[in-house]
Amino acid sequence: MIRFEEVSVTYDGSDRPALAGADFTVPEGELVLLVGPSGAGKSTLLGAVGGLVPHFTGGTLRGRVTVAGRDTRTHKPRELSDAVGTVGQDPLAHFVTDTVEDELAYGMESLGLAPAVMRRRVEETLDLLGLAPLRDRPLGTLSGGQQQRVAIGSVLTPHPRALVLDEPTSALDPAAAEEVLAVLQRLVHDLGTTVLMAEHRLERVVQYADQVLLLPGRGEPPVLGDPAALMARSPVFPPVVGLGRLAGWSPLPLTVRAARRRAAELRGRLAHRSPPADNGRADRASSGAEEGPSAEGPGTTGSGAAASSGAGAGATGSAAPRSVASGSAASGPGTAGPGAVRPGAAGPDTRRSDKKAPAPAPVAVVRGLGVRRGRVEALRGVDLTVRPGETVALMGRNGAGKSTLLSALVGLLAPTAGTVHVQGLVPHRTAPRQLLGHVGLVPQEPRDLLYADTVAAECAAADRDAAAAPGSCRDLVTRLLPGIGDGTHPRDLSEGQRLVLALAVILTARPPLLLLDEPTRGLDYAAKSRLAGILRELAAEGHALVLATHDVELAAEIAHRVVILAEGESVADGPTAEIVVSSPSFAPQVTKILAPQQWLTVAQVEEALT
Amino acid sequence: MPRTTALPRRGPLRPAPLASRSGALHPGAWWLWALGLGTAASRTTNPLLLGLLIAVAGYVVAARRTSAPWARSYGAFVRLGLAVLGIRLLFAVVLGSPIPGSHVLLTLPEAPLPDWAQGVRIGGRVTAEGLVFAAYDGLKLATLLICVGAANALASPFRLLKSLPGALYEVGVAVVVAMTFAPQLIADIGRLRAARRLRGRPDKGLRGLLQVGLPVLEGALERSVALAAAMDARGFGRTTPVSAALRRTTGALTLGGLLLVCTGTYGLLTEDGSGYAPPLLGAGVAAVLAGLRLGGRRSPRTRYRPDVWGARAWLVAASGAAVAAVMIWAGSAYTEALRPGVVPLVAPELPVWPAAGILLGLLPALVAPVPPPAQRPGRTPEPEAEPAATGSAAPRRDRLRPAPADPHTPEQPPGAEEFT
Repeated sequence: MIRFEEVSVTYDGSDRPALAGADFTVPEGELVLLVGPSGAGKSTLLGAVGGLVPHFTGGTLRGRVTVAGRDTRTHKPRELSDAVGTVGQDPLAHFVTDTVEDELAYGMESLGLAPAVMRRRVEETLDLLGLAPLRDRPLGTLSGGQQQRVAIGSVLTPHPRALVLDEPTSALDPAAAEEVLAVLQRLVHDLGTTVLMAEHRLERVVQYADQVLLLPGRGEPPVLGDPAALMARSPVFPPVVGLGRLAGWSPLPLTVRAARRRAAELRGRLAHRSPPADNGRADRASSGAEEGPSAEGPGTTGSGAAASSGAGAGATGSAAPRSVASGSAASGPGTAGPGAVRPGAAGPDTRRSDKKAPAPAPVAVVRGLGVRRGRVEALRGVDLTVRPGETVALMGRNGAGKSTLLSALVGLLAPTAGTVHVQGLVPHRTAPRQLLGHVGLVPQEPRDLLYADTVAAECAAADRDAAAAPGSCRDLVTRLLPGIGDGTHPRDLSEGQRLVLALAVILTARPPLLLLDEPTRGLDYAAKSRLAGILRELAAEGHALVLATHDVELAAEIAHRVVILAEGESVADGPTAEIVVSSPSFAPQVTKILAPQQWLTVAQVEEALT
Repeated sequence: MPRTTALPRRGPLRPAPLASRSGALHPGAWWLWALGLGTAASRTTNPLLLGLLIAVAGYVVAARRTSAPWARSYGAFVRLGLAVLGIRLLFAVVLGSPIPGSHVLLTLPEAPLPDWAQGVRIGGRVTAEGLVFAAYDGLKLATLLICVGAANALASPFRLLKSLPGALYEVGVAVVVAMTFAPQLIADIGRLRAARRLRGRPDKGLRGLLQVGLPVLEGALERSVALAAAMDARGFGRTTPVSAALRRTTGALTLGGLLLVCTGTYGLLTEDGSGYAPPLLGAGVAAVLAGLRLGGRRSPRTRYRPDVWGARAWLVAASGAAVAAVMIWAGSAYTEALRPGVVPLVAPELPVWPAAGILLGLLPALVAPVPPPAQRPGRTPEPEAEPAATGSAAPRRDRLRPAPADPHTPEQPPGAEEFT
């Protein structure tokens, strides 16, 4: 169906091929999952199927790509539109018309199908994808999962023989992702459509794949083969595979169900051990705290100010100026001498282990928060307290109010009811410059934060904004992720690098409270585990972290506490293990496999076994 | 697939049907109706008649507009009309008015101007006559704007563009894309200004707005490239090969037709050209239309469920035309009443027959299909969620739900806001 013969693609101005030695055939009616780390050429490969590479993107394609017998060299993308349908990660970028029904018909109109045929196919597709109740809705008013289904439907109506999807579920919450995957399953099983799909979140999709196409790295030839066999050597793999590799199971299980059947022996070995207290983060945190001296951190500023001012929210006036003063007086993280160690740096973990000590003063206190946007009550009566060194994961559906809560904490939105205090300040009444030293938010699209042409300029601007010593931001970038060049344009960084740059820009002001909105969106496993390491270290330094995320694995790995929001209300708030273990949708794979034992991550299991 | 919106035949008059996709009124009918009302408004300065026209347009909009995003533009047009009226009055006060009047309301200090600015006056006497004249004039403009707003609110601009001839299809797509980009651009600006605040820079003021300009444009550019790729992959711009002869004929017809139209228009505007101008103009229009039709053959496109011009569309368009016709006729029969004098000041009176004629414009509120009550709770099976990307409260279509009780019902009850 899709045939690559010795294909290599080199983009203009690049000396290395983005894709090389691609030689494989995707048989008809199979769901093939394209797997590989970022930058391995996944998007290039997918684009080459629909002819967008090289007709639209430029570059040189060597070899031959044929789809349903048509050579993409001689057929432009528009002439392949009835043979292959392409859907990207952002459905909104794909829509041409304004309502669901028109969008479904658009491709057929371009092909010039007879009106009666179009009408019939639209009705069929509406039913097939469960879109019938939405047929007249404007596209902008649909939820993410609905939009993605419409995007798939819109390329299905010309009856293509193959479907190409680039990260269709990356931006979706687990329930919406299920919606989309169920539709894909149905297409493959009932209609025999060939599907080639790339997806970072392997834990969601790998069990559906008939075959896996593994791209091990940039310029390395892709390998097509059995999912279990390829997962054994893939550089990216879901937790279930990680556990399987750890336990030495062969063939590797790809689903929770298969893994559970094999896991009886492992559960036995783990029975007399218990997951380390505090999610096994205590020892890791202390190792992170050893870095305290070298990275003289915001924790000092935050907890120092809070402790000296005594009663948290009440003593607003004194806390604010003092912490700003100490923030500007302290030199950059790299330059601080060993004498800069203060109790705050290692504070939270010692305190947590010693239950008798009084809890540190909270960094942020939210009481009865309500936020209305127009007529929507985005938040209602939300209470939240965040202490230094604590990592809180906000979870819940798209639109449950996670981003709104973060926006309220950073003062982008004024509460309509209740109060928000960050170190005693009221965020939305505080000048941005002053607030910068108290709370920072890395938005969903880290690029929004970056204005400059080069990394160096961006860092210099961040130092100026935060009134920090020149070079502070650059030092942070180097510490968090070595290897980002000074002269690089932020646009040319990978998703993970861009996130780290935005994180460093925010951290330059050393805010004791750090907020992250969907930090793992678009990150591969390697970037994700690097991020988890960075965040864990920051928490150990005394930063309080609040992250809004759909990523249950990330939450399981780093969060001390999970807050679940639904319809603008907080419906659960407690230690990660407690909340996550009992929830069918928020439990990570390792928990599901090893239940009723309460293990959360592969790393925990690994630690317990050694 | 001939499908018409049949009127109930005989027997008891049945109410207008619920609008569905196939029963929807042709957007062109709404525009003709609104243009008819607008023509009527341009024929009079009588505030009573103008008020009646506004009331008619407003009633029809209230009765027949949908809950689609564009339907909300009516409120904006009403506000724009009021602003125009206000500005007209302000000008009359500040710059004076050519209307001679004896009722001086107040005298502003007059700014001395140099000789070359003779005839321009700033400040000075403000007369009641001048103000009333300006108010009549401003009200006329406001009424015209409100009529356009009514058409905009009632007819989907996207559907109207879909009714363009095939050869103009690409132009239509460009307009539609531009129209969908505008709200996204505004959302982008909001997001980037918020991001400025996160960097600790002031997010208010002109400078803040200017500094996000470049990233916003960058984002828009990237989105257009992505959209272009998606459109290409979905078959946009497919052509069928046509013979060279046909291509040449098309070009000749279009070009020649446009030339003829220009000459004809020129002839109409000059004094002595009234003899040859109309036939030239007619021939030009015919040639252009033929050219467009032939040009459409290059594109293999078909149309999915085009809007049908049915009996109801005729009635709606005719009601607008009737209002215009009555007012044009009244222009000679009721000259006095249609242009109430301002010197001397007299109270305007309501001429009966023109007023009755304007009421004909209410016909669409009876015959046009009723917009369906949008999604009630339970009709949409899946829970709705906000688009995650923006996090903003995107306006939803579902209305008729209790307003703030449920976070997923941001829609106001019909017409609650714009009419206040």
